Amino acid sequence: MTLTYPIASNAAHPARLSPGYRSTLKRSPQKPLIIMRQTLSELTGPVYGHETVRENDHDLTTQHAGEPLGERIIVHGHVLDEDGRGVPNTLVELWQANACGRYIHVVDQHPAPLDPNFTGAGRAQTDSAGYYKFITIKPGAYPWGNHHNAWRPAHIHFSVFGHAFISRLVTQMYFPGDPLFEFDPIFNSVPDEKARMRMVSSFDMENTQPEWALCYRFNIVLRGRNATPLETK
Amino acid sequence: MPTKGITPSQTVGPFFAYGLTSNGKYDWNDAFTNNLVTPDTSGERIRIEGRVFDGDGAPVPDCMLEIWQADAQGRFSDPQDQRALPNSSFKGFGRCGTDANGGYAFDTIKPGVVPDPDGKPQAPHILLAIFARGMLLHLYTRIYLGGEAANAADPVLALVPVDRRATLIAERPHCNGSAVYRLDIHLQGDDETVFFDV
Repeated sequence: MTLTYPIASNAAHPARLSPGYRSTLKRSPQKPLIIMRQTLSELTGPVYGHETVRENDHDLTTQHAGEPLGERIIVHGHVLDEDGRGVPNTLVELWQANACGRYIHVVDQHPAPLDPNFTGAGRAQTDSAGYYKFITIKPGAYPWGNHHNAWRPAHIHFSVFGHAFISRLVTQMYFPGDPLFEFDPIFNSVPDEKARMRMVSSFDMENTQPEWALCYRFNIVLRGRNATPLETK
Repeated sequence: MPTKGITPSQTVGPFFAYGLTSNGKYDWNDAFTNNLVTPDTSGERIRIEGRVFDGDGAPVPDCMLEIWQADAQGRFSDPQDQRALPNSSFKGFGRCGTDANGGYAFDTIKPGVVPDPDGKPQAPHILLAIFARGMLLHLYTRIYLGGEAANAADPVLALVPVDRRATLIAERPHCNGSAVYRLDIHLQGDDETVFFDV
């Protein structure tokens, strides 16, 4: 038995055409999407063994000879389904700018320094309860060319798989209380405020490590599985 | 306990390559590549290649494509597919970043037949998810293979207006001896690819 995924859940997502974010103008379809029934192809998804994630892939502060500059933080949480159940053994990928707001990507020309001790990529697999944990550096805000004086709020990119190819999610984690929220068309592309705030991590004093690192909690909720059974023959 | 909704999607942005599709260019290893073929994979080797274009017809050089497909027997490498065969290392998943010309390619095998929810056969197909800067939510489409008689009876292709079906069918040029299929993706415009609301 496989479960189908309610389409209604997708209402939380941004509209693909969000004119405030200029790049959407030429990269969003203009013809209606075709509605179809989910088949076994949509309802299954890749499964990975532990070989995908190396022992220290979750710690972005120990990937080089020296320690990266900036504010060391712990980012942890659970990957959950819509019923609040943990999604076990699923891959979580992360990438981000360094503490100065500069990506190591060759196309990023923001005149802020690169950090030779920080790549900014990480990978983890959730445990049997859906829990994941990263150690990293708090990323800086950075300018972008969308409009005059445009700055992205500090964020960490997340890529998550879940149980099916259609539970796939790429999103961004933000930090609580960022003064740039109200000016950012990407953050505000999510129309519903409650949905928008689900992209904002919460400060986690309980798991902040004394003399070492602040902690943020970010739970990620994927589509499924509070749905009707689909019999496969 | 039910949660109050899913986490919204956000764009993959322009700078994902070093984390997701580094392809040897950055100090990071790739979890996935565009080559799905493993030594023990049975089935007909095929290559699917093409380019991705935006609404101006300009190539999209900062796009990430992911595919998911059944093996040659039509089984998915996922325990949720209870018909799955236990002995293949074919994972069925691949990832490719587009190059400066918007180009992509996957080396894989021709997938077998997968049933639809009524148990009727679907024509061989590969699921494709498309991510890019300027895309706040990825798009889903399917790649079918030209020359397959089963395409005519495929229940999903049947949902697509006849004049748009060609946007889903990778063609294998007649003069080409190797199994190379071509399919361009148009995110917008007159030739806009058919995308699915799933």
